[in-house]
Order: sequence, then C-alpha cells, then structure tokens
Amino acid sequence: MKKIYTRPKSLKTAAFHYCPGCGHSVVHRLTTEVIDEMDLQERAIGIPPPGCSVFAYNYFDVDMAESAHGRGAAVATGLKRAFPEGIVFTYQGDGDLAAIGTAETIHAANRGENITAIFINNAVYGMTGGQMAPTTIADQKTTTTPYGRDVKIEGYPLRISEMLALTRGAVYIERVAVNSPANIRKAKKAIHKAFQVQLDKLGFALVEVLSPCPTNWKMTPLESWQWVDNIMAKEFPLGVIKDVTEK
Amino acid sequence: MAKVLMDGNSAIGEAAIRAGVRCYFGYPITPQNELTEYMAANLSRREDCSFVQAESEVSAINMVYGASLAGVRAMTSSSSPGISLKQEGISYLAACELPAVIVNMSRGGPGLGSIAAAQSDYFQATRGGGHGDYRTIVLAPASVQELADLTQKAFDLADKYRTPVIILGDGMLGQMKEPVEFRRERPAVIPVRSDALRGAKGRPSRIVKTFTSNPATLEEINWSLFRRYQVIKQKETMSETFMVDDARLIVVAFGSAARIARGAVKSARESGLKVGLFRPVTLWPFPEEEIKRLAKKTRHFLVFEMNMGQMLDDVKLALEGKGEIEFYGRTGGVIPTPSEVFRVISRYYYQSGLKKAK
Repeated sequence: MKKIYTRPKSLKTAAFHYCPGCGHSVVHRLTTEVIDEMDLQERAIGIPPPGCSVFAYNYFDVDMAESAHGRGAAVATGLKRAFPEGIVFTYQGDGDLAAIGTAETIHAANRGENITAIFINNAVYGMTGGQMAPTTIADQKTTTTPYGRDVKIEGYPLRISEMLALTRGAVYIERVAVNSPANIRKAKKAIHKAFQVQLDKLGFALVEVLSPCPTNWKMTPLESWQWVDNIMAKEFPLGVIKDVTEK
Repeated sequence: MAKVLMDGNSAIGEAAIRAGVRCYFGYPITPQNELTEYMAANLSRREDCSFVQAESEVSAINMVYGASLAGVRAMTSSSSPGISLKQEGISYLAACELPAVIVNMSRGGPGLGSIAAAQSDYFQATRGGGHGDYRTIVLAPASVQELADLTQKAFDLADKYRTPVIILGDGMLGQMKEPVEFRRERPAVIPVRSDALRGAKGRPSRIVKTFTSNPATLEEINWSLFRRYQVIKQKETMSETFMVDDARLIVVAFGSAARIARGAVKSARESGLKVGLFRPVTLWPFPEEEIKRLAKKTRHFLVFEMNMGQMLDDVKLALEGKGEIEFYGRTGGVIPTPSEVFRVISRYYYQSGLKKAK
C-alpha cells in the first residue's frame, strides 16, 4: 500500500501542547513539510518567540534559538549576517512582531535582510491569557478590552504586513489563513515561496497567517474557523500583498 | 609592531579586529561614535564580516546574540543610556551562555545626563545589569594601550567562560589619543565555535533557549552559572598596585579615576606622604583578596570614583570592617584634576594623623 501522508522528517515526535483548534499546530506542520520538501533540515535555523510558540523548539527538528520578545528579526539579522549559508526563519506572533518588535521587523525588512518571517496573527496575546493585540479587531472583546476594542480609545487594528510592503527591502509578503483545507493549501504554497525567496537571495519575505485561537476567542474550533472568514479576513484581506520577486 | 597614535575608541576597534571579531552592530551615541565609525570603515565591505548600524541599541545587542549563536566573535558598543537599553539582550546572552563583548564608554547620568566622562555605571555593570541572577566579567582599562590589550582579553574570556564581557571605559578614555601598540596581527582565518547553531548537518538538531517551565531545572541552571562564576573569581581577577609597600594610606580607584589618582599619589610622595594606589582592573570579579592582603599592612583607604560611591560598596564588603574607609567622588561628568585629588589625600592623611604614625 502506498503511504500518502506521514509525519514530516523535520517535525519531532513530541505531542503538541497547543489547544484544540489552535492554528500553531497546522503552521508547524506546513513549515516542516516545506523544510522537508526543499531539503532544508540541515541548513535551517528557526527563531521562535516568547508566547505559546516558545515551545516550537520542542517540535521543529532543526536548529532553534529562542529570541527575546519582539527581537526575532534582529536575532535573525545577526545570525544570517554571521552565517549567510544558513536558512534563517523567525516564527512570531502578532504582539511580538507588530507591537514590541515593530522597529526590529520594519528595519530588517527595509534592509532587505535575507530572512523568512512566519507571522501568526490570531488577534490576541495567547499565552498571557487573551489580552488585546495590535491586530485585535474593532469591537473585539479581550481581557484588556472588556467592552470591546473601541478604535477611538484603543486604536485601530494594525495592518503591519501592508506597512512592511512599503519598505523596498521586502520582496514578498502574503497573507493566508489556516481555517479550511483550501486555505491551508494556499498557506503552504506561500510558506514555500517565502523560503524560496531566501534561497534565491532576493530579500525579506513574510507570510502572515490568520490563525484561530479558540481558547482566547472563547469559541469552538469550528466557530473560530468561521470567525476568521467572517470577521478577521474582512479586516485583514487574504492574498499577495507584495511580490516583486519576478523582475 | 610600532606604536601608533590613536584615540581610545578606534583602538578598541582595531584590537577587536585583531582579536577576530566578525560582526559589529552599533547605534550612534556620544562619546563612543569613533568606534562605530571605525568598524563601519573596516568591516562593512568585507566578505567575511558584517557591520550593521542598527535601528536601536536593543536591536544591536540582539544582532550580537544572533551572530554569537552562529559561533563567531561579535561585539557592540554604546554609552550609558544605550547600555541601559542593551540590558535585555545581555541577560539573554548570559542565560544562553553565549560569548559577546559589550563596550560601555560611559557618560554622566542619570537620564540623558551629559556626554562627559563618568563612572556612574559601576553598579549596572558589576551587578549583572539586566534581570535575573547573573554576572558579567567587567574590565576597566585606564589607558588607550590597556583598552587595546583588554579588548583582546575580553574576547578570549568571553569564549573561555561562555559569557558576555563588559569593557567599562568612559568618554575620556574613548576620546583621548595615546600611543598604542597592537600585539597581534589581524588573523587570516577566524575559527567558528564548535557549538555554533549552523544547521543540523551530521548531528542532531540543537536548541538554544532560556525559558524553563520547571523552577527546579532553572535553579540548577542558575547554580551552574554561579559555579562558573566561582571559577572566574578564582582565576581571572586582575588588579594593579602602585607604591603600596610602605603606604599608610592607599587610594582605591579604577579606570580614568585611577589615572588621575596616580598623578595625585605621585604628588603626595613628592611631599613626603606615604600614599599608594590600588587599581582593580576587573571590577567583576572584584579583587577582594588582593585588597584584603593590603589591609594587613595598611589601615587607611581612600576610595576615589567619578560617581557618588559605587565601588565603595565593594571595598567595604571586601575589607569587612578591617580598615578605615574614606570616600571622595565627583559626578555628572565633572573630572577632577590630580591636584584636587592630592588636596583630598593630604587632608585625609593629616586629619588621620598618618604623618606622625610610626
């Protein structure tokens, strides 16, 4: 019998600690599938952030080094500059990449650092218990916006991928979601391309993933999938935001 | 190699290159810009090196962390306010046991302070500086030659003990020009640390992390760091003495202040006062045993610093009440002259009746 589905080689056998319905598990799987398919396991170095995915190093069977909160792009810059033959990727959440690490991210993109960023947008701070993120949707209730995010008081959801697209060093930015089989397939394609950009030494590449967080959204996994489509993707439209890889 | 005339900041840069630094990440701040500029001129177009002017000191230290992960010699530099921003990264470097060299050409504080030389970052440098239980080796040069020598030493110590090393200078040392001799050539090939994170080729994948969910495990990590610190204390403490053998009063000073104090001690000797100088070269580990030995023969100590009395605490801790300790400090970037310090020495000397002591 032909085997058509198996654990990626670069995914360890440890059981995920992520909540049921969480997008991290799916994105971990997609990223390790891509690493396998592109034969990068022996070259890849991943930079996981503080947050739920701090434990990414328990799952990715590649070299991994934890970064301080928000500093992934700076750590990746130093690593890639010191070791250009490596394939360096960051794995960051929305609080990490779009709040505390905004400066690091924008300037790494602007310098055209040849790194790949996997950006998980779940509209909340997950591990700390569901506080408002820079990407929290207008009117969305979180533990620090208990009355819903009032954009006049708490500001607007930050479309950081669109901001990053304005930097000339960023060559490929796409927003995807992992809330349906079709979207998951597209997400994998985008991650593949973001690594290919690095292999081709073209510059900064980022894939933003709209990722369900049923626990902090206080929804069932199914409801959270629907919320990504019906609410989140309205604020953060899916698709290619920037692609200047073909000159 | 012949001596060259060089400012302290540039001398650190040249010494670092000769020590095999591959990556320098910096951010402009006075009074250390000559170092950043020296590295830009010398590293930014080399194939095997990297120079980045980062968007902040926070980014610069995290780039150092990244480069150190990749197993190469990496450094950053700044001055007091910028060093405060680097503390997050220094804590992570210490936790991950990653070597790095951090230069602080310190200036007056607190806050934005002044751009003039000061020594008010002693506490920050010697107590870890960032969050958590850790120490960093702190080297305190007192001349341009020593800046060069200790820069070389800093890289060696960082690699040997897998720890960040701080070079604590000040704006005066950084800006002044003196003859300096570099004792090594620029290396042709620079080795990469064997524990580098360069992809899991021919070995299992590696994890470098600081987060530990089990407190007992983290406690053991802290213990392992402190066991190493004990070895550093035993083996790497450095200090210098000047005319202490018959001294009735010993001035204790580090860095630029020690340079000033040396002049004052010479004047005191010319006036027939039996005064010596003790200069810690490593501020952490503090040369406790050395100063304790001096206290067997000399009872009076005058601690002189360009701050309100920070190393003073370490002198008190080391002497354990065995001596009389006086303090003189100028702060905010005010740099006293040797004659000012000489006047303080004389007053203390006569007031304590040392002139007629046996």
